[in-house]
Amino acid sequence: MNADPDQRHWLLRPGTLRLLCWLGASVLAITVLAQLWVDLHAEFGVDGWFGFNAGFGFLSCVLMVLVAKVLGYFVKRPQKFYRHDD
Amino acid sequence: MIDLALPPLCLPPALVLFTGALLIALVRPAIRPLILLLAPLLTLWAVWNLGDGVSWQTQFLGHPIELIEADRLRRLFATVFALMAFAGGLFALRQASRFELSAAYAYAASAVAVCFAGDLISLFVFWELMALFSTLVVAAGNHPAARQAAVRYGVLHLFGGVVMMLGIVGIMGQTGSVDIRAIALDSVAAWLLLTGVLINAAAPPLSAWIADAYPEASPSGSVFLSAFTTKAAVLALILLFPGAGVLIPIGIAMIFYGILYALLENDIRRILAYSIVNQVGFMLVGVGIGTELAIDGAAAHAFAHILYKGLLFMSAGAVIFQTGKRQCTDLGGLFQSMPVTAICGIVGALAISAFPLTSGFIAKSMISQSAANQHLALVWTLLTAASAGVFLHAGIKFPWFVFFQKDSGLRPADPPWNMQAAMLLLAAACIGLGVFPGLLYGLLPYPVDYLPYTAAHVLSQLQLLLFAGLAFFVMLPWMQRTLTISLDFDWCYRRLIPAIAAQVESGWDWIKQRFDAFWQSYGARALDWVLDPHRSRGWLARTWPTGSMALWVVALLVLVIWFGPAQ
Repeated sequence: MNADPDQRHWLLRPGTLRLLCWLGASVLAITVLAQLWVDLHAEFGVDGWFGFNAGFGFLSCVLMVLVAKVLGYFVKRPQKFYRHDD
Repeated sequence: MIDLALPPLCLPPALVLFTGALLIALVRPAIRPLILLLAPLLTLWAVWNLGDGVSWQTQFLGHPIELIEADRLRRLFATVFALMAFAGGLFALRQASRFELSAAYAYAASAVAVCFAGDLISLFVFWELMALFSTLVVAAGNHPAARQAAVRYGVLHLFGGVVMMLGIVGIMGQTGSVDIRAIALDSVAAWLLLTGVLINAAAPPLSAWIADAYPEASPSGSVFLSAFTTKAAVLALILLFPGAGVLIPIGIAMIFYGILYALLENDIRRILAYSIVNQVGFMLVGVGIGTELAIDGAAAHAFAHILYKGLLFMSAGAVIFQTGKRQCTDLGGLFQSMPVTAICGIVGALAISAFPLTSGFIAKSMISQSAANQHLALVWTLLTAASAGVFLHAGIKFPWFVFFQKDSGLRPADPPWNMQAAMLLLAAACIGLGVFPGLLYGLLPYPVDYLPYTAAHVLSQLQLLLFAGLAFFVMLPWMQRTLTISLDFDWCYRRLIPAIAAQVESGWDWIKQRFDAFWQSYGARALDWVLDPHRSRGWLARTWPTGSMALWVVALLVLVIWFGPAQ
């Protein structure tokens, strides 16, 4: 489907994707660097560290994905698990 | 003895919606859309015409029954319930069956009635009506899996109702009062009442009903289901247990349970169902903290959540309605042919993630701020991590796997105009409340002294969410969808209890077989030994000669004379 790059939706063209990647990276950098000018009014001290929210958001999400992965080994079952004889 | 005192010019909002539900079932299809749109608007008018205090009162078994008690908090919840009934009605206008529409409006009416219930007895009655009509909405999914899920849903909610009733009876016995007021958790009755309410709030372990039942309803049915039951439970918690510290760990558990299970899910509406548990967890934390800001935050979050979760379920429902597919693995690339649905879904996803300029941002942050104000460092840290997790499981995962990721090759058009209109209405509400927070803050129960749009708050939230987004794409290879479901607590009543029952049955059969074998080899012989003398040819059944009887009588007489007592 849509093998010809020119026939693809404009959002899926390689040029657009490259632009989006650069745009995303720039926005990420700006949100961290903006902390040089904005005082975050730390509630508990640590949340005022430079880039704390960025690092905390990233690491907590990585941790949640890993925990979900481990949990999945125990609780995942085939889709028709309940459908056989319900 | 019932003595109903009706005040003049006071239209009970729930009665308006109940009448609408009845008319939907009775009128011709051509008039039905008019009722569908008019009934919630009239309900909204009735809600805002209610003055504060008790306006419909009666007596039952010597207890005062306050059918309508209004205040700012109750009006807030009733308002959003009526709004959601309108949006849901618009979404379902031309697609849902008459049965489903009538049941859904009766369900919404019961939820509105719960909002204004001024005593525990009427709360219980409307609570059970809500359970009954929501079960019918699930069953209206009209396929075998929906009907089976409806039975499980109904049984669980009736069980919750029984637990709640036990609590109410206990509290009536202890205090002699059925007033709805803050109740201390110092008795078994209070704990039972709390448990009954928590079952409706989808608190673990009895939370699996939500992911079991909601995805089996019709596309429009799940929109209605997402709005009322859990949020009515949040209102009940605010009224009955504000500041109950135990709600904080329960809420935190719900938050992370919801995130982890949503991350594992492949079914788009199950992702959203687990996300409800996650969001209600935030509200429970707010109720548990119990300060004015926290209660305002819980109420504001409930209001905002109903709108953006309704929007997300509409978006998912539109995709299912147009494609007939509900698994992430079957979807992808739909933004190309369903741009309105995709944009509305993204707005809902941004709102649930609390992005600036959306309703979630102005509501959820009040709860985090109240935790910080109370110096609850651990709670604040977990809420912050959970905010990132919400973006991960609902903010990006849902739109990414449904509208982007791989191209599924599916090219369905956007859904019919009424579905699009309902989605656009809720998307506008999500953004409108985010841009003009005063609209919501003005309705909250306590005066709001909180500014959501400070440079510090916007920046810290953007850092948190955008880097959570980065984590999603970095970890994407670990998050590929699989054709699986995840075992939850419902495994206990769908597999474990039936398995135990089967074991007990087979154990009983084994005992019966062993007994039969024992009986045939030993018991029957022993019985024969006892019965044989009595049978027709047994020695006890034989005819005895008269001479023999005379001989024995003489022998007995000799014995009596010989050994008998001396005269």
